[in-house]
Amino acid sequence: MTVTTSQPTRRQSAGDLLGRLFGGGSGTVFALLIVVFAWIFIVNPSFAEPPSLMAFLKQAAPLMILAIGQYFVIVSGEFDLSVGSLVGAQVVIAAALIDGEEGRTVPVILLMLGFGILVGLVNGLITTLLKVQSFITTLGMMLVLYGAIRLWTGGAPTGALSEAFRQPGRGGIDMAVVRQLPWALMILAGIVIVAVAVMRSSYGRTLMATGDNERAAAFAGVRVWRVRTLAFIASSVMATLAAILIGGYAGVTAQVGQGLEFTAITAVVLGGVVLGGGKGSVVAAMAGALTLEALFVLFNQLSLPSTIRPAVQGVIIIAAVAYAARERARPRHHQEVPSQQQPNEA
Amino acid sequence: MSRAVAVAGSTRTARRLGATELVWLALAGVVVIGAVLVAVDGHNLFSTANTRDMLARSSLLGFVAIGQTLVILCRSLDLSVGYVMALCSLIAATTMNGDPARVPLAIGAVLVVAAAIGLANGLIISVLKVNPFIATLGVGLIIKGYLDTEYQGPAGDVPSSFQQFGYSRIGPVPLSTIVMLAVAVAGILFLRKTRTGYHMFAVGGSEDVSRLSGIRTGRVIVTAHVLCAVAAGLAGLLLAARFGTGSALVYDSGYDLDSIAAVVLGGTLLMGGRGGIGGTIAGVLILAVLDTVFNILEVDPFFKDVLRGVIIVAAVAIYARRQIDRKASRVRFGGDGGSGGSAPPDPVPDAPVPAGSTGGNA
Repeated sequence: MTVTTSQPTRRQSAGDLLGRLFGGGSGTVFALLIVVFAWIFIVNPSFAEPPSLMAFLKQAAPLMILAIGQYFVIVSGEFDLSVGSLVGAQVVIAAALIDGEEGRTVPVILLMLGFGILVGLVNGLITTLLKVQSFITTLGMMLVLYGAIRLWTGGAPTGALSEAFRQPGRGGIDMAVVRQLPWALMILAGIVIVAVAVMRSSYGRTLMATGDNERAAAFAGVRVWRVRTLAFIASSVMATLAAILIGGYAGVTAQVGQGLEFTAITAVVLGGVVLGGGKGSVVAAMAGALTLEALFVLFNQLSLPSTIRPAVQGVIIIAAVAYAARERARPRHHQEVPSQQQPNEA
Repeated sequence: MSRAVAVAGSTRTARRLGATELVWLALAGVVVIGAVLVAVDGHNLFSTANTRDMLARSSLLGFVAIGQTLVILCRSLDLSVGYVMALCSLIAATTMNGDPARVPLAIGAVLVVAAAIGLANGLIISVLKVNPFIATLGVGLIIKGYLDTEYQGPAGDVPSSFQQFGYSRIGPVPLSTIVMLAVAVAGILFLRKTRTGYHMFAVGGSEDVSRLSGIRTGRVIVTAHVLCAVAAGLAGLLLAARFGTGSALVYDSGYDLDSIAAVVLGGTLLMGGRGGIGGTIAGVLILAVLDTVFNILEVDPFFKDVLRGVIIVAAVAIYARRQIDRKASRVRFGGDGGSGGSAPPDPVPDAPVPAGSTGGNA
């Protein structure tokens, strides 16, 4: 009975070209993004000038990268709560190992990537092979990383980042119109292109199918454990890249990365990606992150007291998700599989 | 409809026994290992002070986790409990303001506010169809904004008569633990004996099937969230009694994630529909025993986080391992409405759903 009721909805959305491009419910995020930006421009017209827009994007890039990583995990039907801790851990690792010496920058970055892959692999394998819900796996990983890093450094971060390490986060190419084209933006653009390509490849479709209906995907020959583990690795690698940018932009503190996991998940959901998997596009997830960052800027421009910001943020995310849910008649993960399965086998 | 409910009921009892027993066994194991380690270190885990410490630790998390269990059983989640606790402790302390006569008023105010927050959570989830993760996170953020704006530091004053709730004890057992256990028993009876309790398992198992069976799923979810917020409110009262004042910063202590960890440690599935409060209490006690043992052994606080993380994941992995086969058969059993006692192993019962896709593959 469930199948028959959900079928028409699916057909409609599949027929809708925009829906196919951006995924279900993501119209909301683009509309919201435009509204927020328009509001910022009205309050402060100088924000529309290219240099300040570039500065804004430089600041927003890490969260957008995190949202892309989180998107892979969420669309496969899981959660990654460990990214915030991982960002903090990576920044502290970088500071401690580089210790101000330029020559160590590249080896340490490679080491960080390796560590990121390892964390993602552990998250993925525990979730898929040991059948621990990812909420718990990554919650455990969050505690472990949080404790281990502080245990290692004795409570407060030590060492210093090298100038070269800080370049991607704060530097850029000097140009005429925009004054500075940030490296962060170019890195982000590269990641977006790769992410969109991945989601269009057979792996992306398999990932989507797994999130939509794990069993059906398994029967269709998907190695669910491998697909999901790769998603976790992607998330951890994105967290590592975000850590490099955040460390460069903001420097090293003990609180780096705290609470970022919730912000990233919020951003992804704001982008119309359904928790539970199988729906939503990576571009929309990124737009969600951009919207959140734009909101923070708007709060600044309106000089809202910083204490009231969380409340406004709470109201907006609930309202946006409620609105998107209304558009998407029944947001339950009981969709029948065939429509997802066919492209996958082609 | 009555048949569907009956099936859900029988499934639940059979399963709950196994899972809950396992958790209590794990608790016994943790206590024994902890006691041995503590004994090697030259202390006694069961000394009055240590027992009191363990039980006192468990009561605060216990209240929150009992409420969280109800919500998770409905396949929902409540990330706002930490903020509700902080808000309720402040409401209690500022309403009492040192006057013993105002204690009942304060308790009433706390319960009303908590219930209202729970109602908001429930309605946002069931009527507006917002994912519980986002809904409760959003409501939590709203409360956080209010707390940060209104209260810069501790506020209010709790009269000593009410502080007794936090400190007095009967034998080695703190009063708060007794109240918590009473609430737990009430919760267990609620789940086992009332219609709404049964409906919670049904809604968690499958919201669509429950709705088609005539359950008003929205009401069930709202009820679970109201009860959860009220339980968090009780925790807030206890907090006020312990501190003697209301404190906004409690929300940073991670009670939201801790309570979820305790519930899952207690054998309740995050996907809803299975589990119970009995297991949750064991989960809470496991965490409390661990904390006490770490404290006695003077384990580095950061290493404590590492161990906690590893233990939570390892415990859930062990449950998952032991339940994989049982779970698979139960899913089918509940899923096809008790179509008979045929019990062929896994893949066969799934055949109806993916038949089309497997065919396409061949």
